This record gives sequence, C-alpha cells and structure tokens, in this order.
Amino acid sequence: MSDFESDTMDEDDFDYSQEDEEQDFVFEPVIPEKDIKRSYDVEYKCYSPSDIEKIQNEEISHVCNILGCTKENASTLLRHFKWNKERLIESYMENEDAVKKEAGVIMDVKEPKLITVPGFSCDICCNDQDNLLTFALSCDHRFCADCYEHYLTDKIKEGESRYITCAENCNLIVDEKAIQLLVKPEIYQKYKILLLRAFVDDHKSLHWCPYPNCENAVKCLITKAQLDTIVPTVECSSGHRFCFGCGLKDHQPAICDVVKRWLKKCADDSETSNWIAANTKECVKCFSMIEKNGGCNHMTCRKCKHEFCWICLGPWADHGTSWYNCSRYEEKESVDARDAQTKSRQALERYLHYYNRYANHDQSAKLDKQLYEATEKKMEVMQKSSDFSWIQVQFLKSAVDVLLKSRATLMWTYALAYYLARNSNATALFEDNQRDLEMAVEALSGLLETQITPENAAELRQTVLDKTEYVNRRRQILLSDTAAGHLEKRWEYSF
Amino acid sequence: MDLGRDPPSSCSAGPVGDDLFHWQATIMGPSDSPYAGGVFFLSIHFPTDYPFKPPKLQFTTRIYHPNINSNGAICLDILKDQWSPALTISKVLLSLCSLLCDPNPDDPLVPEIAHLFKTDRAKYDNTAREWTRKYGM
Repeated sequence: MSDFESDTMDEDDFDYSQEDEEQDFVFEPVIPEKDIKRSYDVEYKCYSPSDIEKIQNEEISHVCNILGCTKENASTLLRHFKWNKERLIESYMENEDAVKKEAGVIMDVKEPKLITVPGFSCDICCNDQDNLLTFALSCDHRFCADCYEHYLTDKIKEGESRYITCAENCNLIVDEKAIQLLVKPEIYQKYKILLLRAFVDDHKSLHWCPYPNCENAVKCLITKAQLDTIVPTVECSSGHRFCFGCGLKDHQPAICDVVKRWLKKCADDSETSNWIAANTKECVKCFSMIEKNGGCNHMTCRKCKHEFCWICLGPWADHGTSWYNCSRYEEKESVDARDAQTKSRQALERYLHYYNRYANHDQSAKLDKQLYEATEKKMEVMQKSSDFSWIQVQFLKSAVDVLLKSRATLMWTYALAYYLARNSNATALFEDNQRDLEMAVEALSGLLETQITPENAAELRQTVLDKTEYVNRRRQILLSDTAAGHLEKRWEYSF
Repeated sequence: MDLGRDPPSSCSAGPVGDDLFHWQATIMGPSDSPYAGGVFFLSIHFPTDYPFKPPKLQFTTRIYHPNINSNGAICLDILKDQWSPALTISKVLLSLCSLLCDPNPDDPLVPEIAHLFKTDRAKYDNTAREWTRKYGM
C-alpha cells in the first residue's frame, strides 16, 4: 500500500483523466490530502474582511430595495433585528411605525450636514458664539459640532458601534453618514471595523478566527445543540485550525463538553483535594488534616489534643494497653473508612494515568517548532550525504506533520477516555484504536530520531514513508470511528 | 449652570472649597415618601472629561433604599450607560428625588431591601422612616 503511495507521489503530473475506470484501482485519482472529505469533517466556509463587507452590503441593498429607504436606514433596521431579514420585513409590514421607533430610525432623505443657527447656545458646552457649526439628527436635538464629535469619538473609543444614540439620548441611532461627517477619518475607520465585528457577532453561524491578529471569519451551520454529537473543527484560510463550537484549538475527537470539563479539572485544585483525601486522615474531633509520617498508631492531635487510633479512628482510651496494634481493625466502621480511602486513592491514580499521557502529548506539541527546525537540518544532511534531491527528502517534513497532528489527536483521546464509562464494549474498542495509534506514533517518533548515514538513507526513507502512511491511516480510523460514535450516541460518559 | 438659573426647590449643589471637580449636594426627602423631613447629603465628583462622561454621585448620609447601598453608591441608569452629555446636575438630582419616591426593586443594589419592598411595604416604610429620623434629621 505504501509502496504504491510513494510511486504515485512521484508521478503527480500523470494525466489520470485519460485512464479507464477499471484502472482506477491502480492509479487512484490523486486528490490533495486536504481536499478529501472525511466523515469527521464539517461543512464550512472562510471569509476575509472584504468578503464580509461585501455580504453586509448585499444584505443592506436587498432591504433597501424592498423597503424603499436609504442604505443607512436599512442598515440601522437590520442591525436592530440582528440581520434577520425575514423577521425585519415581516414586522415592518405589520407595524411600520413601531419598528421604526424601536430601532431608532426616522425615515428621512435629508443628507446630514453642519449648519449655523442664529442665537444658538450649545446645551453641552454652553458656547453661544455666532457662526458656531451645529449638528442635529432628524430628532432636532441640536448641539455644536465639536461637542457632537467629542461625544461620538468617546463612544467609538469605548467600542460602541451599532447602538450609538443621539447625544440627548432620545433613542434615535446616529447612522454611518452622520458619523463620517462628524468624526476624524481614523476614528471613522475604527467605527467601520467595529461595525464589521458586530456584523459577525450578530450572526450565530459566523465566528472570527480566534488566533491572534487573524482577521478571517468562518461560517459554519453547526448549532449549539449539535455540539454533543459533532466536533466542528474548521480551518481559516491562513491555516489556523480551531473548534467552531468553543473557539479552542482543534480538539478532535473529544466533544466540547468533555474538553471543558477536562480543562477545568486540570486547572482547578480538585486533584489537590484528592491527594489530601488519599494521604491524610482527619482528626475525629477537630477535623484537622493529619498526615502520618511515622510513629505508632496512638495519635494525639496537635491542635485539640484528642487521642485516637490511626487505624480504626476510635478513641484511644478504648484500646487499653494494646499500644502497637489495633484489635478493632476489622470492625465495620474501620472497614468502611478503609474502603473510602482506597477509592479515593484509586480515583487519583486513574486521573494521573490519563493526565500524564495527555500532558506528554501536549508537551510534545509545544516543542513542534524545535522539531521542525531539527528536521530541516536533517533534511539538509540527507541531501548532502546521499544522492537524494530536495523533493525526495520532503518525506521527513510530511512525517513530522503527521506526527504532530496525531499527537494532538491522541492528547484529546486521553481526556475523552477519562470520562468514558468503564466496562463498556464501545470504550474497549475505542481504547484499542487509541493504543494502536499511540504505538504507531511512538514508532514513527523513534524512527525520526534515527541517525542518518549514507548506507541506511534509502532504507530509512522507505520505512519512514510506510510508517507515516500507517500512522495517518490509524488516525483517520480513530477519528472516523469516534465521530460515528458521537452521532450514534455510542459513548457512555461517567461525569 | 441652570442650577443657578432655575434652581429646583428640593435640592441644591455647589463646589466644596476651591476644587471645582468636587461638589456637595443636598436633597430634601420628598413629602410623599418615607424619607419626608430628612435632608440627605451627597458628594459629586466630576471626571475630567465631564460632561462626556457621567459625574460620580454618592450619598454621604445613610439611607434605607433598594437602589442605594450602605456605602452610598447609587444604582441609576442615567449615571451609567444611559448618561447623555446634555444632562445636567439639576436633572440628575431631580431624577434622584423621583428615585426616592419610586424605588426600582426589579433592578436592586440591595436585594434584601428590594425583597422587603415587594413583600411587606409597611415594614419597609417603617424602617425607611426610622433611618431618616436617625441619620437624616
């Protein structure tokens, strides 16, 4: 299988469309890896800021044509209805005046402009100079242009955009044209960006890419209710992979809820208390935590001076003279206490088992930059020491790509496994898949550490290519199976 | 400004000493409220970008009211997000007078008082009157 894979890679320019269908099993059409649709992928589309602006303008023009109003009025109405066109038009047809009042719109074709009014005094700054430029919206609450600018600039700097009202606070919305007229160009630019942000925020099916300084938005139709059965991993056009549901880094195959619980568990000190429960006992009287680090079973609480037996927790007085052993050991209460301790200890061990594996992959992922650098050096060495061309040593880089992807997947399988119910067939199968991938990943990781010599280069290349392909397959199988399990509700959780 | 031109009958305000950004105001308890007969002092701090940012008002006299807490902090929309630069101190003080007459228990700062206001109005009135006698006279 992998032999064939490496063959086809070298013959990329072969014209497959000319081949007969029967021969497809020999030459499968080569589709770039990222274009193959898998069962665990979701439908989504990525937009750049200019795309979003275009969509926004299209929506506005559409409403303009239907309602016969200006663009500014249409956009204020649309923003009030959170861009739900159907609901806006329906409500508008039902009760035009109520909708306009609620949204803060007066239909008016007048262009906003600055005028001087004889005998005017500004209510904000009390300036009553002649020739003072003033501004008012259709509500006629008039203030001087300077004060209005100051007011609008403050609001925009606070991050307000779609609901900036008249300075008198009369519910009328200051529209784009008026803002452009009144504020400085750089503030107007900021306002436009804020509007664009609000546009995306108002759409449930649109999310910004959460990566720093990335300006792309992604559209995906997965709803909140579906997050129990689907892990909607999306990728923006700059290659940032994230979960559309929670905005965290790609966490397939664990669903958002599991991820949230796991991260919370790892972050808070719930495990500290587990340790305390596993390794200490409480004084029966004053409930101080006591860790026994030596000595006999006759305990005297340092705080309240209560004397008790470490084994059965009963008062020491009942023990008479049996100083070093407790004959009351097998009595019911002491057995119960012992069971509770064992359980607590087991829970801690179980958590640590999963956490260590999770943290191990997380740590490896953090070192990915170094790994890439090291690989690049290795590729150079290989080129020099053997007769491989640049293109022929690319297999090392793709091996690292697959390795890191698989580590990220494995990492989350441990979080998922921690919450899966024990003694279930489905869980056992899941853990088999997990083990297979884990073993394959470790093998590939080991191979990448192997020293390259002119003698072993050709053979190593073949082994790495094989292993890479195998790891990739295992990863896809695990992801497809878990995704199917989510949809079938096959996984039983024990939260 | 219009405080001097057209002073409201039940309140007054003016700067404390030379600092024009720090004022003191008084409000007379409205006659149709349990605060009748009381005189309530407030301190007013103007931010440097006043009137584009709201002034900070605080009761310095203790008062039993669902929207005013024991530190004298006031929960009133026009002092927060509903502030408009066209508002003045006299308009704010008048709004406070009407808040004394008509508390807003659905958006309380002190939930216990709001609860009492809604469930046992007579007991609320009594306590408010008692506090007014104790602190505001």
